[in-house]
Amino acid sequence: MRIGLLHSLIRKEEKLLIEAFKNAGVDPVMIDDRKLILDFHTAPDIDILVERSINHSRALHALRLFESAGVRCVNSHHVSQVCGDKLLTTAALKESGVAQPESRVAFTEESALDAIEELGYPVVLKPAVGSWGRLLSKINDRDAAETVLEHKTVLGSYHHSIFYIQQYIEKQNRDIRSFVVGDECIAAIYRSSDHWITNTARGATASKCEVSNEVAEISLAAAKAVGGGIVAVDLFESEQGLLVNEVNYTMEFRNSIDTTGIDIPAVVANYVIEQVKQQ
Amino acid sequence: MSECPVCGADVELTSDAVVGELLSCEDCGTELEILNLDPVEIGEAPSAEEDWGQ
Repeated sequence: MRIGLLHSLIRKEEKLLIEAFKNAGVDPVMIDDRKLILDFHTAPDIDILVERSINHSRALHALRLFESAGVRCVNSHHVSQVCGDKLLTTAALKESGVAQPESRVAFTEESALDAIEELGYPVVLKPAVGSWGRLLSKINDRDAAETVLEHKTVLGSYHHSIFYIQQYIEKQNRDIRSFVVGDECIAAIYRSSDHWITNTARGATASKCEVSNEVAEISLAAAKAVGGGIVAVDLFESEQGLLVNEVNYTMEFRNSIDTTGIDIPAVVANYVIEQVKQQ
Repeated sequence: MSECPVCGADVELTSDAVVGELLSCEDCGTELEILNLDPVEIGEAPSAEEDWGQ
């Protein structure tokens, strides 16, 4: 069995996955996206590709061409495309009836300001493509809205003039991250912080969250909505129940193994191996 | 054993080290990347780009 692992920099997660595959008797074929040359026809001799690139744009394009060359990819190009763009994620969740915060999209400063006032303060402005809680702006009033919109328009690349505006959810200093592998929600953590951004990459702390029926149900629905596979779902606890904030397709889990007691990389490796056996 | 390209401190690799692996220099905190294992070569890791993440 030949399992390809697409990567650039090797984070703790990729190290753990390599170890998990080796423990399962498979030495993964390492494919560094920085050395990759794709010719639209051929691909390395592998049975499946596991995508673990830290660069979204490289992953997105490489997956498209690997699939075009006949290689099955986990996650698929479709999943990377939907999860990598918050507009597409929101649309997919909406089409599947998955609960999420209210959001608006606008393309000019003026219409974005109107959209913000329509949603009501505070709101969160997010780049459509981005991760680790970077470049998020909590907008509390009109002055802040005008300032941030102008800065994004003048200083940002054109991507930053696609204004994705999300209703701010009061979340009691924490959110939930759940991990979905195939048809199972295998684990979940709370991410807690005094800051309104609760990404562990921004210093939030992880603690165990029991996978209740409600957590499992919405996590699986969100995973299915974006195309399924191996994803991490970020959830807000709101007065209306759980809401899906984001779905991550190259999930990081280093802080969640000891916290949950679940050997996440082993579960992922076994899932991938099973996918190959079923081909 | 190798040397941090920024501060010159000794950097020890684990037995399961792989090319591309991220390390932090324990002395100066610089984020490092293993560029080669035989012979061992270590460089500064690239800075985070806008589309990096999960």
